[in-house]
Amino acid sequence: MTGQPSAGDARFLLPRLVTHPETLASLSLAQWDLVIRQAMRAGISARLCFQLEDIGALDDVPERPRRHLESARTVALKHQRDIRWEVACVRRALEPIGIPMTLLKGAAYVMGELPPARGRLFADIDFMVPRDRIGDVERTLIEADWVSTVEDPYDQQYYRRWTHQIPPLQHYRRNTVLDVHHTIIEVTARTAVDPRPLAAESLPLQGDERLRILAPADMILHSALHLFSSGEFDRGMRDLLDINDLLRHFGAEAGFWEQLAGRAETLGLTYPLFLTLRYLERLLGLDIPGPLRQAAARWQPAAPRRALLDALFLRALRPEHVSCDGFLTGTARWLLYVRAHHLRMPTHLLVPHLLRKSFPQTQDD
Amino acid sequence: MVKLSEWSSEDLRRRLRGPGLYLHAGPFLSHIRTTLPLAVEGIALLYADNRVCESAPFADFHIALQQPRSLRRWIHPQVIFDFDGIVPFKPLPVAQALPMLEWGLNWCIGFHAHQFLIIHAAALEKDGRAVVLPGPPGSGKSTLTAYLAHNGWRLLSDELALLSLTDGRITPLARPVSLKNQSIDIIAQAVPGAILSARTDDTVKGTVALMKAPVGSQERIEETAPAAWIIFPRFQAASATALESRSKAETLIELGRNAFNYSIHGKLGFDLLARVVDDCGCFTFTYSSLQEARDVFADLPSAPAAASGNSA
Repeated sequence: MTGQPSAGDARFLLPRLVTHPETLASLSLAQWDLVIRQAMRAGISARLCFQLEDIGALDDVPERPRRHLESARTVALKHQRDIRWEVACVRRALEPIGIPMTLLKGAAYVMGELPPARGRLFADIDFMVPRDRIGDVERTLIEADWVSTVEDPYDQQYYRRWTHQIPPLQHYRRNTVLDVHHTIIEVTARTAVDPRPLAAESLPLQGDERLRILAPADMILHSALHLFSSGEFDRGMRDLLDINDLLRHFGAEAGFWEQLAGRAETLGLTYPLFLTLRYLERLLGLDIPGPLRQAAARWQPAAPRRALLDALFLRALRPEHVSCDGFLTGTARWLLYVRAHHLRMPTHLLVPHLLRKSFPQTQDD
Repeated sequence: MVKLSEWSSEDLRRRLRGPGLYLHAGPFLSHIRTTLPLAVEGIALLYADNRVCESAPFADFHIALQQPRSLRRWIHPQVIFDFDGIVPFKPLPVAQALPMLEWGLNWCIGFHAHQFLIIHAAALEKDGRAVVLPGPPGSGKSTLTAYLAHNGWRLLSDELALLSLTDGRITPLARPVSLKNQSIDIIAQAVPGAILSARTDDTVKGTVALMKAPVGSQERIEETAPAAWIIFPRFQAASATALESRSKAETLIELGRNAFNYSIHGKLGFDLLARVVDDCGCFTFTYSSLQEARDVFADLPSAPAAASGNSA
């Protein structure tokens, strides 16, 4: 009807373009229509813009789709400026109490000037502080004009008791949101992670001992853990691409792959790393470096379980766009949502929590 | 290039229900689907002179106005604005389908078209020069715009002034003018040729009617214009008509405050807006009579004026 490619092709357009941007010349305008829509939904339009710019191909994109890419790039640059400003504000606010903050995820990529920072959008700033000081940090930030976004006493309690963070804080004027963590995964999770070795290995940024990022291997493991323990995958493709950027960047150093595999085993995070490598290969068609491929083969579950994982993740990790959705996509997303809750909380805690969330006891609803 | 009015209403309805309508409005091509009769009729009336196509390989915005699938549809039917699978606003009563389409299209532009600096302002052009009218709701901006658009000025935009990032020139959008409450009767009386949609009562902005952009604004849709005046309108019942100079610094700050994406553009946005304000005459305009307003606008000071008040 409009010359659009069949749904079967549509699912592979974006993965092919972000891994092989030089193939852009083969795209029809109708395919660009889908690429722009999928990329926007996956949160990778600006990344795509920078990638095409890097290979000098942005001018080869037809004018209408190019405007969307450039527009996304403008927004991404604004987000980067905002993150730098906001991190400086938090750093200054925490100065008097002398507690080091370890930036996580997007904020770490930006402040560490790492490749995935380019083109990334941000909803909040995540950082980790020592658990025994998190109360001081919260009080200090509240005095510095951040306020809690969570009013419901049950939810407040839930965050403090069962998760790895305090309820998110929002600046009353700039509206920016801070997620202050004391470790990298819910305390109730099956794969509990001790934050102390992570903090011990963290690296100061530009010689600033109180503004830190995770060590390379830990940063990758955290991103992998975050992606595969969260129940929502609308940014899944972006997160995979971020990790791929980190792998290529840090992998330039000799021995890094072996070090990463060893660290995954020490911290008990081989499973999320295995999943990451599997879907970098299966979803994005990327080559996995030899040493990691061997390690992943060691960590992989039995074949039936792999088939089940593929059935779920190969659906859920695609952009949440109608052109990528198949018959079972919704079911796969739902099952993974349930799986994430199951991984994060034992059943005797999860069931009362879900019941409570299904019947909110607020008066004003 | 086909105009919407060249299609039969049956054709339009069939396309909106099925594959969708590809509608050009200013620099944007929107792909619209809906089955709601109020929206279909509104589009047929308000966009009659817009260029359309049956299909297009690429569209800037893929949108649908539809009823949410819930039991409510049988009791209090509602309408949702669907942006390619995302629903950015809460549902509204189905009677508000047409205003919702307009608000939704504004949202699409405001959130995605950062190839422009977008100011929340009306813009009109005469003799190759544009006047920009920023103004909060209640300032009489849309009333003045609707009137001037039929009295010697070409409508560029009612809500969103699209400034080029390189030279500040304004790209016409020429979408319908949104009239609220008393303005609807005022324009119906003062502009005999105005084409107005049916009224929608009880919206968040009160009663709303949309005025079709005059045909001339569609015919010259490709012609951009540089801003020459920035005028903040202020409707005040029974006031004397007065055009008063205002400071450039204050104008710049106020314009920035009225821009959708000023902060997104950072220093580039500041430099651009400063240059535009430098090149423009900056005024506050108080009025109660549209005829007197027309006369003042027919004879706006051509060079950036001296700081003295100028009453008419």
